[in-house]
Amino acid sequence: MDRLLSGPPLTAGAESYGAHQQRFGALPAAAARSLIGRLEASHLIGRGGAGFPVGRKWRAVADRANGKAVVLANGAEGEPLSLKDRTVMAARPHLVIDGAVLAADAVGADDIIFYVGAEHRAAEAAMRYALAERAADLRGRARVVQAPRGYVAGEESAAVHFINAGDPRPTTTPPRPFERGVGGRPTLVQNVESLAAAALVARGDDAGTSLITLSSAVRRAGVREIALDATLAEVAASAGGLARPVQAVLLGGYFGGWVDITDLWARPLAPASLRARGHAFGCGVLSFLAEDSCGVEATARIMGYLASQSARQCGPCLFGLGAIDAACRRLAARSAQPDDLKRITRWGGELAGRGACKHPDGATGLLRSALGVFADDYAAHQRGRCVRGAPAAGRPGALAQAVA
Amino acid sequence: MREQLVVDRIRCDGHGLCAELLPEVIALDDWGYPIIRAGSIAPSLLEHARQAVDACPVLALKLALVTAM
Amino acid sequence: MSDTVLWYATRGAGVVTLILLSAVAVLGIVSSMRWQTPAWPRFLTTGFHGNLALTTLAFLALHIVTAVVDPFTALGWNAALIPFSSSYRRFWLGLGVVAIYLLLAIAVTSLLRPIFGYQAWRAVHWLAYAMWPVAVIHGIGTGTDTRFLWMWAIEAVCIGGVLAAAGWRWGRASPTAWREVRVNG
Repeated sequence: MDRLLSGPPLTAGAESYGAHQQRFGALPAAAARSLIGRLEASHLIGRGGAGFPVGRKWRAVADRANGKAVVLANGAEGEPLSLKDRTVMAARPHLVIDGAVLAADAVGADDIIFYVGAEHRAAEAAMRYALAERAADLRGRARVVQAPRGYVAGEESAAVHFINAGDPRPTTTPPRPFERGVGGRPTLVQNVESLAAAALVARGDDAGTSLITLSSAVRRAGVREIALDATLAEVAASAGGLARPVQAVLLGGYFGGWVDITDLWARPLAPASLRARGHAFGCGVLSFLAEDSCGVEATARIMGYLASQSARQCGPCLFGLGAIDAACRRLAARSAQPDDLKRITRWGGELAGRGACKHPDGATGLLRSALGVFADDYAAHQRGRCVRGAPAAGRPGALAQAVA
Repeated sequence: MREQLVVDRIRCDGHGLCAELLPEVIALDDWGYPIIRAGSIAPSLLEHARQAVDACPVLALKLALVTAM
Repeated sequence: MSDTVLWYATRGAGVVTLILLSAVAVLGIVSSMRWQTPAWPRFLTTGFHGNLALTTLAFLALHIVTAVVDPFTALGWNAALIPFSSSYRRFWLGLGVVAIYLLLAIAVTSLLRPIFGYQAWRAVHWLAYAMWPVAVIHGIGTGTDTRFLWMWAIEAVCIGGVLAAAGWRWGRASPTAWREVRVNG
């Protein structure tokens, strides 16, 4: 069933070019021209978190390219709970490169940039080595750029801004990268897993799997490849089952939201199915919150991280997330001010769409999901109690290890 | 001709003159930054909207044509 | 000296220009401090600042034209357009010409701000802090009425007002200082 990760085990390190070619054969050159149509027909959606259809994005760039477009393979993976991008780059660099080369040929690009998070050492080393193995074919068309640390450095306009000017902060859009990006040219910014999946579609695959990262109250945490029609129960079982009773799941990472375990357990994780129920697959993070952990505390830690990661360019994000962070910490410590819960509920609905990028949208989306799923906990904390019977504030919660 | 107010969120520094001049469409949040009501500007308010655009000390406010999707 | 209408007009327009220019400077400083009350919103300050500036230009034009066409002064257009080229009080009058050009640069970039862009507009606007003192010194140096007490009173109010506003601005913290929050402590 494994497709992206089929082949040698992940512990074997990066798959060599020779082994890759043996398993997959040569890159289907003629596929490039018809590939955009096949991607659209496959309904492959982006794996970076936004879930934008891959074929539609390639077509938008191809329409504007004039042979001078740029492909930016986004391997920044700033989402702390996600490990899949660094894993696919470290273990299957040639699939990622295949996808990027196919993208460049399909949209008409003469420059390929692999934007790899500076802290993902194994991934960067694997990508550089793999590019060296293919230097003759690539003829100087491709290079690796280290993405700075930070949550927003992987945002598409921030990535472009960093490459253009050394500044990893988002910029005002329009124009979006597909219109004007690196060097002012139409730029396809695509997640590395999406590119690897596109490379499989080009070889006749149906892109029916996706990578996820499991963490917290599950026996075998880490990256797995799942069939898109798998249920959460099946996925948990394949990871050795839950380690403790679980109350909720953080779906999609910090940019996603909390979901009550009963809403997710027996239904398929396919993005379309999730969307129909008001959830988002995002970047495939599935973090399990144990029954005896406190959702208010866990959320406060996340909001603190997200507030600290603001690029500090836009008032609503800088001040709004800062105020939410302070109130959430007071609530978590059970020393809330009289209006704290009311205020974060109001602020949680006021910040979306009022920043240059989607950071405040993601942060308040997570907050709103927390206020829904942990409503009873929040009410109790506002009154100075914790229904989970958690000891005094200061004990690291379930997600503490995952936060960088 | 349907026009909408658009704010450059990075340039905006929360001066708030826009909200003074067009309170029907623009309110200020707890930190002085504009919250703009969704939808196009009513024709009777267009002249006030243009004055709000001119009044912004940092040129963060613009009137943009709404393109049908 | 001959007391012709033109001569009075020049001096009168000059004094009015001084008063208006000082008011404009004070309003500009108050605007940058984001000062407001429930009864006095910010658009009043910025609106007055702009409108009085235009009024200033009108009186300045009157001041220049009446001075140049007055047969008594024997000032040609060169004296008004080329700094330090007049035979009459060359230095002090020349300062006035310098002030004209500074003011024109500020006015043009402000009226056409969408074209010049925010950065260029802001850079040129800083010249106001040079333009106002140059204009004031021009007035004192060329002024025919500086021997009168009422003229000194006007000068004192104008200079005092602008200095007080400037002192208030630089004595206080920046209006956005409260925003220097440190997120996460």
